[in-house]
Amino acid sequence: MSEVNMEAKPNLDRRDFLTKSSIGLAGLAIAPGMMLFDLAHGRAQNEAASNKVRWGMLIDNNKCETGCNDCVTACNTENGLSGGTKPTDSQWIRKVQLKDTFTGRVSSLPMMCQHCENPPCVDVCPTQASFKRADGIVLVDKHICIGCRYCVMACPYQARSFVHEAITDQKTEVPRGKGTVESCTLCVHRIDKGETTACAAACTKAGHNAILFGDLNDPASEISKRIRAVTSTQIRADLGLNTGVRYEGI
Amino acid sequence: MSSTSFSRNESRYFYALLGLGVLVVFLGYLGMHMMEEHGHIVSGMNNKIVWGLPHVFAIFMIVAASGVLNIGSIGTVFGQTPYKTRTPLAAIIAIGLLAGGLAVLMLDLGRPDRIIVAATYFNPTSVFAWNIFLYSGFFGLAVVYLWTSMEKRMYGWSKPTGLAMFAWRVILTSGTGLIFAFLAARQAYASALLPPMFIVLSFAWGMAVFLLVQAAMYAWNCKIVDEDMLRRMKNLLCLFVISSLYLVAAYHMTNLYFAKQTAFEMFILRDGGIYPILFWGGYVVIGSLLPLALVYMPGLGGTKSVVTASALVVVGSFTFLYVFIIGGQAFPLSIFPGYEVSSSFGDGAIGSYVPSLPEAQLGLGGLAIAYLITLIGSRVFKAMPHDTAVAATNKHD
Repeated sequence: MSEVNMEAKPNLDRRDFLTKSSIGLAGLAIAPGMMLFDLAHGRAQNEAASNKVRWGMLIDNNKCETGCNDCVTACNTENGLSGGTKPTDSQWIRKVQLKDTFTGRVSSLPMMCQHCENPPCVDVCPTQASFKRADGIVLVDKHICIGCRYCVMACPYQARSFVHEAITDQKTEVPRGKGTVESCTLCVHRIDKGETTACAAACTKAGHNAILFGDLNDPASEISKRIRAVTSTQIRADLGLNTGVRYEGI
Repeated sequence: MSSTSFSRNESRYFYALLGLGVLVVFLGYLGMHMMEEHGHIVSGMNNKIVWGLPHVFAIFMIVAASGVLNIGSIGTVFGQTPYKTRTPLAAIIAIGLLAGGLAVLMLDLGRPDRIIVAATYFNPTSVFAWNIFLYSGFFGLAVVYLWTSMEKRMYGWSKPTGLAMFAWRVILTSGTGLIFAFLAARQAYASALLPPMFIVLSFAWGMAVFLLVQAAMYAWNCKIVDEDMLRRMKNLLCLFVISSLYLVAAYHMTNLYFAKQTAFEMFILRDGGIYPILFWGGYVVIGSLLPLALVYMPGLGGTKSVVTASALVVVGSFTFLYVFIIGGQAFPLSIFPGYEVSSSFGDGAIGSYVPSLPEAQLGLGGLAIAYLITLIGSRVFKAMPHDTAVAATNKHD
């Protein structure tokens, strides 16, 4: 009897092992996909930006093609800027030509808001219209900007523009307005959808891959790995602003 | 015209002056309306020179407002009796200048309609936000100061109010200097010397404005300023002009000593076109040396010389501020030290700025507000200083 019972009793250890292994394997198989899914879809609309993330860019000056303006064009198209270059026109990103006064080496790089950790524009703004989001993106609240331009004076990178005249045909995702200050938003509307910035996408599309966008706080991100591997610099590092945009090759 | 006919028509002349002021305020309104309607595109300002002529007018008025109250402080805080009778007039001019300066600053905003936002959203790290408190406090204290210096029952409160006013305006003028001193990345401004420099400049500019208003009032009332009083006031003006020159020199000398600042100083003092001309010709020669000569040259130093000297100090203050504010922005930011740079956004290039008519209208409109408040205030409060005045005969002949 006892022998029969012994035979009839299922082998629990084996079944348990198989069940748990299957779950484990399924988890291993799905987890990366889920993580990618999360990354691809950004954060939910009702979810606040998190300071666990710090968005930034690493720009390789050696790969940036002199004469190529694709990042600037992409920024203008994405954000509804006119692309004009009069002193009163807004320019959120510009190509700067550099010539080393000692060696004579010539190069160029894109320059935009550096999304500082300690942004002077945020410090000086009387109404807190200039603010830094938890994920490190420096923005202007168009509803409370009074147009005093103190932030333009304070920015060490000449990265801010003042809207000098009425604007038409604005992009719904990129609010702008006459009499207020604006600058690179790091394509916040794209980032929130899990996309990269327009300038980085255009640079990749052109085959230069000079702009690498990503999460500086994530040790596994490509940008973090590269910043650890190569010598990168912050522009005007002497000011101690800890910029979110870094450069290599200058 | 005889003094009798002037007295008979005095009221008419007053209304004519009032009308002139209202007209200029209206022109200022038109300038503001133009900028509000079309945006700052109608101004000479751009993304490189973001603060222009309106800021020159506004900062002159705000700094001079603080300085003009020095006259009151000398009387009430430092006990110099002859200055006490001048406190009400000083307080009225100060209120007028601050009102005019703030009007220009506010109406030059990109969104002047949002001024209420500035009062309801406060950023404790912004010196601009501090200044909103400092300016409103200044107004309040100046009104109380006026009251305590005019109402006999309140005379006892005059000294403590004067002391508070003195401290407040030192902080306020420091705040104006700090607006620039906190701009860490700009070669022209990041200097701890700016707050004390602005305080001393305010003494000189305030004294010059007061002497001009005082001269106009004495002439209007057919009186001349007591000789001893005039001597004291002109000496004080010169002392402030010399002190200002000293601090301005110290500011430029320290900059010259720092190798990274030398290029900026060469631009402002030698190579920058209009800016060195305005600095040396406008501020140093016309606004400082000439006034000193007018006061101290043998044979000069009379009422006319002092009035001319004061007017020249005011002219010099405008040229100084033009160089400081606009020249300071025109010089390119040092973003890539050691590199020659160029871009579509003016990197490495000298910024260009041509003031436009609406900007000038707005600035002059602010001055006209200060003028109107002084004109009406001094008449309503009978703020004519009374010391050992001597009636001038045939003044208007």
